[in-house]
Amino acid sequence: MPFRFEKRLAPTPFMTVAVPVASVALALLFCAVFLALTGRHPLELYMAMAEGALGSAYGLTETTVKAIPLMLCGLGIALAFRMQLWNIGAEGQLYLGALAATWLPLTFPGLPAIVMLPAMVVLGMAAGALWALGPAYLRVKWRVNEIITTLMLNYVGILLVNYFVYGPWRDPKGFNFPLTAQFPPAALLPTFGDTRIHAGLVLALALVALFLVIFRNSRWGYEIKVIGASERAARYAGMDIKRNMFLVMALSGAICGLAGMAEVSGIAGRLQPGLSPGYGYTAIIVAWLARLNPVAIVLVAGLFGVLQVGGYIVQTHGVPASVAAMIQGAILFFVIGGEMFTGYRLVFTGRKGAAATDE
Amino acid sequence: MVMPLITLRGMYKRFPGVLANDNIDLDIYPGEIHALLGENGSGKSTLMCLLSGLYTADGGTIRVDGEEKRFRSPRDAIACGIGMVHQHFKLVEPFTVAENIAMSGRDESFVLSTERMTADIAALGDKYGLEIKPVARVWQLSVGEKQRVEIVRMLYHGSRVLILDEPTAVLTPQEAAELFKTLRWMAADGCAVVFITHKLNEVYELADRVTVLRGGKVTGTLVRGQLDTKKLVWMMVGRDVVSKYERDAVPEGRPVLAVDKAVAFNDMGMYGLKDLSLTVREGEIVGIAGVAGNGQRELAEAVTGLRRVADGTICLYGEDVTNFRPAEMIARGVSYVPEDRLGVGLVPGLTVLENLLLKSYQQPEFAGRWLLDGKAIRARAEKLVREFKIKVSSLDQPVRMLSGGHLQRLLLAREIAEKPRLMVVVYPARGLDVGATEAVHRLLLDLKADKTAILLISEDLDEIMKLADRVGVLYGGRLVGEFPVEEADIERLGLLMAGSGGEGGNADAVQV
Repeated sequence: MPFRFEKRLAPTPFMTVAVPVASVALALLFCAVFLALTGRHPLELYMAMAEGALGSAYGLTETTVKAIPLMLCGLGIALAFRMQLWNIGAEGQLYLGALAATWLPLTFPGLPAIVMLPAMVVLGMAAGALWALGPAYLRVKWRVNEIITTLMLNYVGILLVNYFVYGPWRDPKGFNFPLTAQFPPAALLPTFGDTRIHAGLVLALALVALFLVIFRNSRWGYEIKVIGASERAARYAGMDIKRNMFLVMALSGAICGLAGMAEVSGIAGRLQPGLSPGYGYTAIIVAWLARLNPVAIVLVAGLFGVLQVGGYIVQTHGVPASVAAMIQGAILFFVIGGEMFTGYRLVFTGRKGAAATDE
Repeated sequence: MVMPLITLRGMYKRFPGVLANDNIDLDIYPGEIHALLGENGSGKSTLMCLLSGLYTADGGTIRVDGEEKRFRSPRDAIACGIGMVHQHFKLVEPFTVAENIAMSGRDESFVLSTERMTADIAALGDKYGLEIKPVARVWQLSVGEKQRVEIVRMLYHGSRVLILDEPTAVLTPQEAAELFKTLRWMAADGCAVVFITHKLNEVYELADRVTVLRGGKVTGTLVRGQLDTKKLVWMMVGRDVVSKYERDAVPEGRPVLAVDKAVAFNDMGMYGLKDLSLTVREGEIVGIAGVAGNGQRELAEAVTGLRRVADGTICLYGEDVTNFRPAEMIARGVSYVPEDRLGVGLVPGLTVLENLLLKSYQQPEFAGRWLLDGKAIRARAEKLVREFKIKVSSLDQPVRMLSGGHLQRLLLAREIAEKPRLMVVVYPARGLDVGATEAVHRLLLDLKADKTAILLISEDLDEIMKLADRVGVLYGGRLVGEFPVEEADIERLGLLMAGSGGEGGNADAVQV
């Protein structure tokens, strides 16, 4: 049947919610077909993933632990994306945050927690911000595409951490493993009870609240919104676009840096290579799926935590953990495809319709 | 009589909120140079985009050599020998000239023969006196050269009908003369040339026949022998009577804006304003007439702080504000209704509420140091919507859903609410129907009564005659004439706008 897409004047609220949900469902269905073709029972597998990630205290903890860096990076990314600044560098900013935060306990192990932790937070955020400011400067000065620069700095950031861990910061008592020394207890983020869930969650949720206020009813949030929607209109309204680019990129990077600090201080207790399994990249999907909405980021980060933990669980069923990555990819694919339906309306034009346009 | 090469009947095209082409008939004959004359927004470009397959018509038929055709894409039109050179060139910058020309090519073979292509292109160029370098990369070319590439591309694809959309807008006079020579050559060779313009002198120089459009309709077709400036201007500009609004005589106040010998460059780095001087007083409307692209945008942007002034000064109430930032100009009471309502003046994706806030989000009434005062903002938005009779279904509706007239009202409402001391308005009634136009004009006159200085930039001479106290004509970045409205008449203005004006042609601005 012949059909065409007609632009919607405004996406309806129903569609903005229904389309992503349907997209996730379709992605799971799509992956189910693939899993079935490889001889597995998809429903059983999905159930096992959900059970593993949500069905026990241990699963829930692990899911939350995975969701924390996704939330933080997702928030940082969402801030930049709101202004149409495509910060793809969350991963690098996370590593830099981890690196800078690690410096303090390694250099001054005797500091009390009350000084140590806030200083680590500041260091991590500053390093992440710096890592994002380079691309911001190039963008403002010479209009260098920030997608490329932030992306490339990811590799630099990861390798920089490797350099320190394999080189100057390697623990002399560590049997030659590429790890720094264990942090003193004062440099570890407090955890909830004896779970691995650390105070990073509190920071993330506080940021969610802060972002809600910024986006909903702050002057700055309004500026970001206008600049993101139309740079020319923002200039016309007298907004300082360059200053906002620096500010937004710096804060975006700082929050990703905080995620790195939280990982070393809350989870590992030391700096190590491969400290993030690609949180900074997955967080791009999280932010996008959440339509840059802070509350939705929490939910989507939770979903992706489930996928990640579920992915480890199903290894015991003889399925590779990369099934989780496959599902993530499929979700993104379907959500982006689904965008079409929020922005456009599908109109079927039978023979009759074609004749009608001829009148 | 020769059979027309192209016959258009009842062409009809509607865009959201605008009827761009309303039942247009047009014949194009082989060997003729046919001018399409009309103001901006009269539907010339739309009509030609229909003919070249870029847009699909909502109604009407296209016949080529008497045979009815349906164009689904420019490729179909090109296959019928119809090629269009757009105002904004559609070339791939990093590619060579030859690669650009071969693109969407007639060469069906998978492997392109570069040498043969290059030779073909060079031969075509020679034939029509179009000098081009097939191996050059497009980004290295000047604007005039790029245009030649576009023309050769159309010829290479076997175009018998060549459509040019305002081809001289971006050319120097010398390049334009070269282009005209080429076009005559092609017409003599049996091609049909259609060129879109709003410059009368080009019609005189080049056209065998001219069809005038206004408001999406054909107002008449004249052949070369019948050309008459007065008639053309009337056909183009419109309505019969210049009915004047009743206006209170506002006593002349202090000078608000004084521009002295301002020089500014346009986006292409060419002169936008050349030594332009201008004064606007309290309670005075100065109307600036002129064909688009003669410095209107540059003038408006220079005065509002959006464009750098390279030389000269701009003063507000005696204070030198040359090259102040937009925010500083806004703080000094400069309001601006730009040409681009949706995209500059208003943000299409944001709501009515958010758009009304654009200029006042930092003012203490609506915001503290950090947070916006949602209640006050909403209350004021409601008040403005009511006062200015803006038809919205809700304050939270994106403005892109509003009609043109209400968009303009919204924009004016916001700018007027700022209680401006200087208001710069560009093409305020473009694309609006009669009722909406009048509403907008009333708002401007009310503003004038409040002693605001108004700089009105418009192509619509009627509008200027109705509103302005003094009239200036902008041509090539200069004011080529400036006189009280009583001494202005449409014909004289039309001539000045076309650059063939009596005393003003090359003389510098008559200063007041």
